[in-house]
Amino acid sequence: MALTLDAEARLIRDQAVTFFEERSPVRALRALRDAGDPDGFSRALWREMAELGWAGFLVPEAHGGTEAGALGLGLVLEAAGRTLAPTPLLSTALIGASALVLGGNPAQRAAQLPAIAAGTRLVALALEEGTHHDPARTGATARRSGNGWRLDGTKSFVPDGGAADLIIAVVRTEDGLGLFLVPADAPGVTRERRRMVDGRNAAAIRFEGVSLPAGARLEGGGPGLLDAVLDRARIGQAAEMLGATGAAFDRTLQYLKDRRQFGVPIGSFQALKHRAARMFEAMELLRSTVLAALEAIDEGSPDLPRLASLAKAQAGEAFFLIGNEAIQMHGGIGMTDEHEIGFYLKRARVAQATFGDSAYHRDRYAALSGF
Amino acid sequence: MAALESFRRETRAWLEANCPPLMRTPMPDDEVVWGGRNPVFKHPEQKVWLERMAARGWTAPGWSRAWGGGGLSPGECDVLAEEMAALGCRAPLYSFGLSMLGPVLLEYGTEAQRREHLPPIVRGEIRWCQGYSEPGAGSDLAGLQTRAVRDGETFVVNGHKIWTSYAHYADWVFALVRTDPRAKKHEGISFLLIDMASPGVRAQPIRLISGYSVFCETFLEDVRVPAGNLVGEPNRGWTIAKRLLEHERKSQGSFSDRHKARGEVPLPLLAKRHLGETAEGRIADPVLRDRIAAYAMRDHAFQLTRRRLAEERAATGSPGPASALIKLVATELNQTRLELMLSSAGTAALGWEGEGFGADELRLTRDWLRSKANTIEGGTSEVQLNIIAKRVLGLPD
Repeated sequence: MALTLDAEARLIRDQAVTFFEERSPVRALRALRDAGDPDGFSRALWREMAELGWAGFLVPEAHGGTEAGALGLGLVLEAAGRTLAPTPLLSTALIGASALVLGGNPAQRAAQLPAIAAGTRLVALALEEGTHHDPARTGATARRSGNGWRLDGTKSFVPDGGAADLIIAVVRTEDGLGLFLVPADAPGVTRERRRMVDGRNAAAIRFEGVSLPAGARLEGGGPGLLDAVLDRARIGQAAEMLGATGAAFDRTLQYLKDRRQFGVPIGSFQALKHRAARMFEAMELLRSTVLAALEAIDEGSPDLPRLASLAKAQAGEAFFLIGNEAIQMHGGIGMTDEHEIGFYLKRARVAQATFGDSAYHRDRYAALSGF
Repeated sequence: MAALESFRRETRAWLEANCPPLMRTPMPDDEVVWGGRNPVFKHPEQKVWLERMAARGWTAPGWSRAWGGGGLSPGECDVLAEEMAALGCRAPLYSFGLSMLGPVLLEYGTEAQRREHLPPIVRGEIRWCQGYSEPGAGSDLAGLQTRAVRDGETFVVNGHKIWTSYAHYADWVFALVRTDPRAKKHEGISFLLIDMASPGVRAQPIRLISGYSVFCETFLEDVRVPAGNLVGEPNRGWTIAKRLLEHERKSQGSFSDRHKARGEVPLPLLAKRHLGETAEGRIADPVLRDRIAAYAMRDHAFQLTRRRLAEERAATGSPGPASALIKLVATELNQTRLELMLSSAGTAALGWEGEGFGADELRLTRDWLRSKANTIEGGTSEVQLNIIAKRVLGLPD
């Protein structure tokens, strides 16, 4: 496993960086927010991404994907993170595709993956029920009913849940937690929009006696399926956070060089230099953990769960540090809505809370390490 | 790749046949082999192991065979390190000659200097120390005052060095000396090699808070040094000095590995031993457990980062300013680990000497104190932050 990018990976990264800088700069997020866009992202732009093949990076060629791999998708997510571009990449291209590739039977894969790869079907993972990431406390249920299933329960925070065509619901069954494919328009499914501080949308979703066929459950992947899907989600989220954190750092570093007080650039003050160096340290550690975790997916490493928790925890801490330092170092201008740096702080908090914050992942890492 | 795999098989077979069983056990700190004119071997196997490895040049595997090194490619060096780790082989030799002076002589030394100094370093026959800091030149290293005055074919050196690690055991010192007192402070410094056996050299150990005496004061009084011992151009020694520091920081990056090599009890195990564990095998104290997890994760992230930066700089060959980051994080990790070891062991790790404490516990107390120097020696953490801000981030003076 190499932690440096080869020529092919650099090509993917450079293409994605240019794409998001040109097609979805931060002002695009501002426009979506100010317009109160019901999706929270641009469907036209998503079609362009799908045409570039990004939606099918994890989908086998037999189902219309490119199988370019998790590293490539992670680099695209990082690039999207740099401009805070809201996209269905994480929920559909990474989580949706992973759940079906890992857990789908041939019929489920054939029914879902081509549409995912084409970008025409949006997916959302409905997991959280409380205010904190905690799969073990899932209360929603699936009970056998005739030849099929009946779903009941409430999900409180489903990123991209409002726009999804297909919901993957995590529910309790008689033999542990299961993942079920639920069409968003199935009778008994109600969705309420939740407008989050970062300008994106989540949904609260209620399942009330939702009737599903026998083939609605993802049976593959064994009892570890949910963890395997969640670890991919955590790593993808960390990759997006790497991009956003890096951009917030770059902008702040530039500000330290440009902003003059007392007749000199404020970046000449040692009190700020040392803090800038600490931010660089956090960035470097984060980049290594994200690359190692992405490669662990592609290589099927047995250490994947620990690396997922490591990357997500490090991403949370680095984004927290740099998001806050960015505001402090920008001073008063950083408090204005007109300046873009505040968008990074807002995204930091939502991304941290998604799929487990740093404290959650320290606990998990310790348990996985035997203490 | 096939060639590398066959090298791996041969290396493994050779190590199996030649590494004495005792040299495959964890190495206590007092069994580190430093070599020198009067080498100390606690066990005959240490001598055998050093001689066998040195004969193949594998104490300096990446150096050219012309200087007694192993002549291995970077990939072969990695394989050798991996195979030694797999068998649990001890490092046959610790040496500032290997980690600091050698790389600098390879880059800046003359043919004659390399021929004279590199082979004895490979064989562990000469032990080197570092004559950098002075009582008035710590973080402001370029403010050093030790003078070297040219007198025919020799320099006459007068000055007072401090924090010269292991100078009382060293055979030679690589020293920074001022050769032009009128020039700007960075432009009047030269890099000079001095035989510690020369008349006028005196090293005096300093007793530290740990009770150890790893550092010395070194006094130089009218020491006559052949002019040919000057490395690089006169008054251009600051560039060499900085490059050597990059190599030093790189070697300090392995601080966090050393406790593994000597078989120290892993931190989580120590915490469980003293504080108990839950039915699920968790450390019973949740606060300490969280702090240990944070440390373990930072260490994991650091190991990945060190590997990534090594891969990235493989093309350039020189450690570069990234070594400041490695040094900064590695030394803080070592201190954090020892603080957490102490928190885990409680008063058992607060003994000083005598009855009632195990040897491991007494060593822990001393190691904790010793580690406080990690963020000072080789450039303080604040100096590393300055280097990152200036040379990596490009922030203005």
